[in-house]
Amino acid sequence: MTSQVSSPAEQAEPADQQSERGLAGERGTPDGGKEVRRLDRVIIRFAGDSGDGMQLTGDRFTSETASFGNDLSTLPNFPAEIRAPAGTLPGVSSFQLHFADHDILTPGDAPDVLVAMNPAALKANLGDVPRGADIIVNTDEFTKRPMAKVGYERSPLEDGSLDAYQVHPVPLTTLTIEALKEFGLSRKEAERSKNMFALGLLSWMYHRPTENTEKFLRQKFAKKPQIAEANVAAFRAGWNFGETTEDFAVSYEVAPAATAFPAGTYRNISGNLALSYGLVAASRQADLPLFLGSYPITPASDILHELSKHKNFGVRTFQAEDEIAGIGAALGAAFGGQLAVTTTSGPGVALKSETIGLAVSLELPLLVIDIQRGGPSTGLPTKTEQADLLQAMYGRNGEAPVPIVAPKTPADCFDATLEAARIALTYRTPVFVLSDGYLANGSEPWRVPDVDGLPDLRVQFATGPNHTTEDGTEVFWPYKRDPLTLARPWAVPGTPGLEHRIGGIEKQDGSGNISYDPANHDHMVRVRQAKVDGIEVEDLTVDDPTGDARTLVLGWGSTYGPITAAVRRVRRASDRIAQAHLRHLNPFPANLGAVLARYDKVVVPEMNLGQLATLIRAKYLVDTRSFTQVRGLPFKAEQLATALKEAIDD
Amino acid sequence: MTETISQPPTALAEALSLVPKAEGKQSMKDFKSDQEVRWCPGCGDYAVLAAVQGFMPELGLAKENIVFVSGIGCSSRFPYYMNTYGMHSIHGRAPAIATGLAASRRDLSVWVVTGDGDALSIGGNHLIHALRRNVNLKILLFNNRIYGLTKGQYSPTSEVGKITKSTPMGSLDAPFNPLSLAIGAEAGFVARTVDSDRKHLTQVLREAAAHPGTALVEIYQNCNIFNDGAFEALKDKERAEEAVIRLEHGRPIRFGAGLTKGVVRDQATGDLEVVAVTPENEDRVLVHDAHADSPTNAFALSRLAHPDTLHHTPIGVLRDVRRPVYDDQMSTQLDAAVEQKGKGDLGALLAGNDTWTVVG
Repeated sequence: MTSQVSSPAEQAEPADQQSERGLAGERGTPDGGKEVRRLDRVIIRFAGDSGDGMQLTGDRFTSETASFGNDLSTLPNFPAEIRAPAGTLPGVSSFQLHFADHDILTPGDAPDVLVAMNPAALKANLGDVPRGADIIVNTDEFTKRPMAKVGYERSPLEDGSLDAYQVHPVPLTTLTIEALKEFGLSRKEAERSKNMFALGLLSWMYHRPTENTEKFLRQKFAKKPQIAEANVAAFRAGWNFGETTEDFAVSYEVAPAATAFPAGTYRNISGNLALSYGLVAASRQADLPLFLGSYPITPASDILHELSKHKNFGVRTFQAEDEIAGIGAALGAAFGGQLAVTTTSGPGVALKSETIGLAVSLELPLLVIDIQRGGPSTGLPTKTEQADLLQAMYGRNGEAPVPIVAPKTPADCFDATLEAARIALTYRTPVFVLSDGYLANGSEPWRVPDVDGLPDLRVQFATGPNHTTEDGTEVFWPYKRDPLTLARPWAVPGTPGLEHRIGGIEKQDGSGNISYDPANHDHMVRVRQAKVDGIEVEDLTVDDPTGDARTLVLGWGSTYGPITAAVRRVRRASDRIAQAHLRHLNPFPANLGAVLARYDKVVVPEMNLGQLATLIRAKYLVDTRSFTQVRGLPFKAEQLATALKEAIDD
Repeated sequence: MTETISQPPTALAEALSLVPKAEGKQSMKDFKSDQEVRWCPGCGDYAVLAAVQGFMPELGLAKENIVFVSGIGCSSRFPYYMNTYGMHSIHGRAPAIATGLAASRRDLSVWVVTGDGDALSIGGNHLIHALRRNVNLKILLFNNRIYGLTKGQYSPTSEVGKITKSTPMGSLDAPFNPLSLAIGAEAGFVARTVDSDRKHLTQVLREAAAHPGTALVEIYQNCNIFNDGAFEALKDKERAEEAVIRLEHGRPIRFGAGLTKGVVRDQATGDLEVVAVTPENEDRVLVHDAHADSPTNAFALSRLAHPDTLHHTPIGVLRDVRRPVYDDQMSTQLDAAVEQKGKGDLGALLAGNDTWTVVG
């Protein structure tokens, strides 16, 4: 192996001379006489059959990389079927990891290294692999039948079709079985460890620390020590294979990204984990018990799983009979004074919409977490999309405004959740958190926050009468509003003297009694809207280093990484562009109109057909340029950079 | 099968032990809200409301710890008229909403008010799952065998062939038997009563309140506008004697003028049947055991009535058995988690086991 090709880096600093090809320097040959090269960034993709353990392999490599201190970003990509027919193209599962010695933003456009565990994995992924890249293939699987299954008549390893790549043929299965022969496992059992062999080999290639993986394997298989040791042995055999075989002449170092990060304690975290922790943190900061009502749905179920582990934080998780019962139970808990949450994905939101409307009418705090996936209908359950924005914004009967908060990176799911909880509790309203499959399963380093620095979310329940009637009686009015926030009092059952009834029928503002009065309904509709419109959210900040850009790129949610990477490319090419990213989709930041007015052109990239663009046009009469893609995958930085350049030059 | 009393009746004190008691004596008036009751004049709902308001003081619970949750339909206006906490929610979802409330607030006495359309059509799923989970809820199912609020379409309990606005040539679908459905859904407490029999209604409420877990009470309720007289066979004094079977735990199931009729097991099929009681068959008359673990007899009793004439309709508590209560168990798990892992430490949770430090 002689070179490691990589696309232009994503440094914040312009034109880093040494990094154009990802090569950061060379170092002498230490023990063993093998050459070690320094790279500033690498993109690896592990690909195999759904049953080959590629997600686990990717997760472990990510953990090793995180604990080594690189910046990183990951993209798991797997089929919806648990076990699609073995060896077929639909059954291919992959995990892409981008890691660097500097600040990076995306899982990378194209892999520098592809690990292909079988012909299907090679065929499904080859199109994404640039010429010159390294491909490590498991030659044991390149036999007649597996090749025939994906339409290879001749072996691509022998017919010259891979000549443009650095191919490393490795009989992974045979080597693994050989390495484990002392364990007395069946051939089938031994073969299962081939992913750990591959992980060992890649860990050697990139000088990854190995202690934690061995520790992890021993923990994971604690009840089957023989399997644990077999996996450790396969992992070590992979490492040793790299070190001894001549095919791998070079190994690579990617230095820790120490200067890219502010001082602090870091860990790796996925979006769904960060979101779960955000909920536990919000519960603590609000001093209210957390109640989750949920129904399993991809890609949101991990939040239900995670929160179920934290009963010692007073977290109640309720796996309901359906999506509607999930949110119904949460709303019941909210009435009872809990910090209530429901988690779902787009199809679940559709089912919950009537109850969200009830929550709007009852004016109770409730978090609705939507981990968006490809739609419509069942769509692409394991793939990402941003096409629920208008559903969250408008998907209810009547005028039923709901605030919307969107995290921009996996780690940001923590902060976005706390922000959503602040809005829900302060304004007594359901709030949407719009995450998506890419954020949910992707991961990145996260500076672990100081718990004492988290926002104070405590609320004041109503404790006594708040209104005096004409005859001087002190009474409690459930819809008498705070003049500043327009929030109504939260009087929880168990509070003496505040017994009251609320419901989905229109009620008199103030008293909360049923009212069919036309003027009152008009008033209530406007008050509910005004309450949401009046939510205080931070101003939109614009990044425009030269201060004279004429084009603004405006994004929301998980496109932050790809957009920012694209903006860096555009600026490296000496073009001027301003960037802003929306966290609040409802209400918009107060200064958004003024920001939009400053630019000649506004480009809005979205993983839908232009939903934010539609909202912006409707509200601000700005003719935005929509750049859209709905492939179930995040944008590639290069495509986006091209689109931005075209807009600038237009 | 021998009829044994497997468990003693549950004590009210135990079922509601976590709900604070009222200070001082309560009266029916304390439970009337200031809202004008807006059911049609002559509606059976008035009688049920009066019975519930009249019964509440007997429980002696702090009324701020009582919550009525309803769905949509005529009966679902009920919470507005109770001077307790209440929520009038959306169609069919009351059991789900009440589940979240009861599971997170064990200091509350939570009641669900629903109807045959609300509970058995749009909300059927939530009803059966609430019953199998055994959340601490008391569900009052007002069954008038018609859709009243939408002005008279047939309901899932309407008899086959019912002529309504939506079925001018007669309805085609077979009705649900709510009690059979509840027993099939693993309900621990199943009872039936009638709106116009206040004494019986109150007694059933008493037993439902004393039951820890979900209690389902079907209340036959007359809709005098769209389905008037649906239960007349059970109400007309003369006809009722032959039609109504009053179940009492531990007593032989006998009814009719002079208790000349009884329920026995058909030796051939194992099913229950009504016979004229004679000295020869008298000892074969079934002794009602609401606490039997097996739901077999309760189920058979729920099938006894003729679906059209309502002859041989058992009323009273068909089944009252103890099962683990969902909210108790949920709470126990939380306590156990604290015992095993200690009280949650947020800082430790956020940091996890795999961190690295960047020095500034």
